[in-house]
Amino acid sequence: MNESIIKTQNLTMGFDGVPILENISFSVEAGEIFIILGGSGCGKSTLLRHLIGLAEPISGEIFIDGLSLTDAGSAQRADILSNIGVAFQGGALFGSMTLLENVALPLEEFTSLPKKAIRLIAQAKLRLVGLGGYDEHLPSQLSGGQQKRAALARAMSMDPRILFLDEPSAGLDPITAAQLDDLIANLAKILGVTFVIVTHELASVFTLNGRVIMLDKNSKGIIAQGQPEELLKDRSNPMAWQFFNRSLKES
Amino acid sequence: MGYAKSKSGVSLAKMRISYDKDALRIVLRGRLDNYRAAPVWRKVLKLLAKRHTKPIHIDASGLEYADGSGVALLAYFKEYGQKNDLEVKIENLSQNISSLLDSYTENPPVEAVKQPESLNLIERIGQSSMALAGDAVEQIIFLGRLTLATAKTIFTPRRFRAGDFFRMCELTGANAIGIIALLGFLFGLIMAFSSAMPLRQFGVEVYVADLVAIALARVLGPFITAIIVAGRTGSAFAAELGTMKINNELDALKVMNLDPAVFLVLPRVAATLLMTPLLAIITNVAGLIGSGLVILSLGYSLVTYTSHVQNIISMTDISIGLFKALVFGATIGAVGCFRGMQTKSGAGGVGVATTRAVVTAIIMLVILEGIFSVMLHYLKI
Repeated sequence: MNESIIKTQNLTMGFDGVPILENISFSVEAGEIFIILGGSGCGKSTLLRHLIGLAEPISGEIFIDGLSLTDAGSAQRADILSNIGVAFQGGALFGSMTLLENVALPLEEFTSLPKKAIRLIAQAKLRLVGLGGYDEHLPSQLSGGQQKRAALARAMSMDPRILFLDEPSAGLDPITAAQLDDLIANLAKILGVTFVIVTHELASVFTLNGRVIMLDKNSKGIIAQGQPEELLKDRSNPMAWQFFNRSLKES
Repeated sequence: MGYAKSKSGVSLAKMRISYDKDALRIVLRGRLDNYRAAPVWRKVLKLLAKRHTKPIHIDASGLEYADGSGVALLAYFKEYGQKNDLEVKIENLSQNISSLLDSYTENPPVEAVKQPESLNLIERIGQSSMALAGDAVEQIIFLGRLTLATAKTIFTPRRFRAGDFFRMCELTGANAIGIIALLGFLFGLIMAFSSAMPLRQFGVEVYVADLVAIALARVLGPFITAIIVAGRTGSAFAAELGTMKINNELDALKVMNLDPAVFLVLPRVAATLLMTPLLAIITNVAGLIGSGLVILSLGYSLVTYTSHVQNIISMTDISIGLFKALVFGATIGAVGCFRGMQTKSGAGGVGVATTRAVVTAIIMLVILEGIFSVMLHYLKI
């Protein structure tokens, strides 16, 4: 747990040259659950899009497993991408494919495994997220929570070293959200992969119990970091303290 | 945390199978990951395709690493054992692979969650007929709503969304002038050229002007224009309204007590109704220019060509053509909006709605053209 698998250095991000977040530096250790927390519009998802290489920073650098994502050529980029899996907020499952086909797609494209083996592996992944028996279902036949689970199974398809999850429990009822958070915490324990999770749900933060960085829209940066229990008591940053305590009361 | 390792290792996955009198013995070695497990998987699938009666003992002491594919392979052995009531013993498995295997196998294979049963031929025919009848009913309801919306707007004109109407006129009319003029010109040119060659054999090629002019004014001008508008604008309406439906924008209008027919459909139908005749005029003019070029190239003068055109076309012909274009335009707009509002969920739904908008519009155009032909024949105009 002492090697940094993700490292950002003075990262400034935004759109059309207008920064949303400035000088963001942090590192994520291999095997930990790392939570990016913040209110709406603070740039959580923007940061995630940069970490997974979907957007170019205005300045600064991102290193994944020691390789620079910002300066990566196509081969290095492919190498980095083979080590990450992403579950998007809305699931982003391919609507014309069954769940099994969604999960099997990367295995079919990037490995030489026999078709039956791919099918068995994909079935196992679906069972791992509690969707055994839903192999032949289309995403449109699933509930929101099931779609998020299926997206998680697809993200795990190639056994990546880092899993990025964007608002995994957003838009779900509290019980389904808690079940999904428990599943993620359990998977983190079993698989030992690094989880980077973007959320604004405080209940999830405590269930997942990972290291938190909290972003703020006004200061365009990280205003607090640490374990959830520490942040709950830490009064050094009034904004963070208020976010934690008020949200907790409300939830 | 040994599970997650880079794929950049060197040791290959290997499997040795041996049979003795007590058991089928398998030794696994190396790294069983997505990139290296393929040969082992092939062997295992072949091996377990047969029915075994002896217990299976797997020695995993040499297994350095297993990811999802490796663990799924071990799980497959276990499931084979359960299914065939056979002892499958996996020995010397490292702690982290073992706990991962437990998590793979602790949720036992679940029976497939029931999908709706597929229908037989007769049931399918019945279902399609019901769908067709339902579609016809929906079309009538839509037409009724549209008529009601038009009546409401006539009595309270301030309800009409003039801004949207002008934007739609620009999209439907002004932005289509280039393509309409080009296709009209080419169509006139091709029609004149194709008919001039056979007519030349009889020395009456100058009548190409009459043929093209009358065909364009009465039938082809409005029809070609309508086909282009259906492909270009009808599909765009369906896609736009379909996306709005998926984003719940139509529901939002309804709960705000705003009638989607007044708010969305009417400006669009009014725009296609008004713009299609204007575009038909451009098609006719461009077509006549195209055919004129052919006549000039055959050695006739411009005066001869224009006098033939003037003599053959009457105001009635032009009016008939423009009236047809008016009806075609309204039909295309209404069909595009109707199909858009019928969109089912998902990105594919918009595609289906767009296709149906174009296909329905073209079928309707052909039917309407047929009705017009019969009517004009009996009215003797």
